Amino acid sequence: MGIELFVDPLFRLPLLAGLLVALVLPLVGALLRLQDEWLAALGFAHLAAASALAGLALQVPAVLGGPIGAAAGAAVKAVWGARGNTAYGFMILGGWAVTLLIANNTALGSAMGHALVDGQLYFAGTVHMAAAATLGALAAFALPWLMPRLVHARFFPRHEQANRLPAWRRRLGFDLLVALGMAVGTGTLGLMGAFALVFVPPWIAFRFAPSLRSTLILSAGLGAGTYLIAFLAALQLDQPFGPLLVAVLLLAGALAATARRCRP
Amino acid sequence: MSSAPPAGAAGYLLEVDGLVAGYAQPVVGPVSFRVGRGEVVGLWGANGTGKSTLINAIGHGARVFAGSIRQAPGLGVTYQEQVPVRLDGMPLTGRELLRYARADRQAPPASLAPLLGRRLDRLSGGQFQLLCVWSALATGADLVLLDEPTNNLDPPSEHLLQEILAAEQGLRAVLVVSHERDFLHACCSQVVEIA
Repeated sequence: MGIELFVDPLFRLPLLAGLLVALVLPLVGALLRLQDEWLAALGFAHLAAASALAGLALQVPAVLGGPIGAAAGAAVKAVWGARGNTAYGFMILGGWAVTLLIANNTALGSAMGHALVDGQLYFAGTVHMAAAATLGALAAFALPWLMPRLVHARFFPRHEQANRLPAWRRRLGFDLLVALGMAVGTGTLGLMGAFALVFVPPWIAFRFAPSLRSTLILSAGLGAGTYLIAFLAALQLDQPFGPLLVAVLLLAGALAATARRCRP
Repeated sequence: MSSAPPAGAAGYLLEVDGLVAGYAQPVVGPVSFRVGRGEVVGLWGANGTGKSTLINAIGHGARVFAGSIRQAPGLGVTYQEQVPVRLDGMPLTGRELLRYARADRQAPPASLAPLLGRRLDRLSGGQFQLLCVWSALATGADLVLLDEPTNNLDPPSEHLLQEILAAEQGLRAVLVVSHERDFLHACCSQVVEIA
C-alpha cells in the first residue's frame, strides 16, 4: 500500500471530507489565537460531542446533532454576553460530563462516544462530505467578511463602542463558524484530532510566518500536510486515525520548536 | 467615516459641558471644553487626575454622572488607547496593521516606512506606539482620541509625533490626553487643564 491509497475509491470520500476540514480548522485556529481564545475550539468540540450523542438518543443523526448543539452554545454565549476562556471552560466541563454520562448509559452512545474521541474518518460517507463541503463554503464566504473586522476589533477594541457600532454580528458570526467547524471536525476527525488542527498549525505559523497573510497560508498548509501524512500512516500502520493525527501534529510542533531554538 | 459630518449647533464637533465622569463613582470633573473642526486640543493633568476616564467617557466607555457630551451627528471617532493591544506572538506586519485599521488617508511619514514590513512583535515599544498612533491619525475619522500617545517614545520619536500632530491642525479634530505639558503646548492649538 502507498500513494495509491489516496485515489482508492473506498477512501476517496473520507480523504476529501477530512482534507476540507484540515484546511479550514487551522484558519479558524489562527484567528482564535490572534484573539487569545484558542480554548474556544475545545469548548465547542465538547459541546458538539455531547449534543451529537444526545441527538442519537432522540433519533437525530450525529452529523446534525453535533452542529446543532455547538451552534446553540454559540447563541447562548452571545445572548449572555459571555466572553473569553471562562465561557469555554464551562463548555468543556458541561460537554465532557454529558458525553460521558450518555456514553455510559446507552449502548449506541458508548460506541459513538468512543468514535467521537478516537475519530472515525474512514467511515465518513456522503453526509460527512456534505457537512465538510458546507463548512468549506461557509468559511470561504464568511472569512473575507469576518477577518478584517476581527483583526480591527483586536487592535482597536474601543472603536465599536466609541462609534456605537454593533459588535454582536462579528462575535456571533465567528462563534458560529468556530462551532460549526468544531462540530464537523469532531464528527469527522475526532474530538482531539479536530482540536489539534485548530491548535498546533497556527502555533507553529505564529512563530515563523513573516506576516498574517503568510500565517494563514502556512497554517492551512500545515493542516493539510499533517492530515495527509496521518491519513496514509493510519492506514499503513492500521492505527486509529485521531490519535495518529495528534501525534503527527505534535511531532511537527516539536520539530518547529527545535528549529526555532537552533536559529541564529 | 471619510466624509465630515455636519457641525454641531455651535459649529463644534465635540462639546463637553460640566462633565463629571467615572465608573462606580465619579473620578473626574466637572470639565468643560469644545473641539472644533481642524483643532488639536490637549487635555493636561498630573497622573491620577482622571484624564483617561474623561476620554473614555467621550468614547462611551465610562459613566457620565453629570454634565453632557454632545457630538456632531454622524461623527466618526478613532480611539487610540493608552496601552495598545500587544500579544507576545503577533505575526502582523506594520503594513497589515495600517491596512486593517483602514489608515489609508495618506502615506505614513518616511521615518515609519522601515517599520511597515516588520512583524509587530519585533518592533520596540516606542516603534509600535508610534505606528499605532499613526494608524489612528491616518484613518478617515472626523475626531481622533489619543490617550497618552507619548508612552514608550524616545525623544526623537516624541519630536516626530509633535510634528505629525502639529501638521493635523486645520485638517482634523484631535483630542490628546497627556501628562506632558510641554509636549501638548508644542503640538496643540488649545490645552485644557484637568484639576
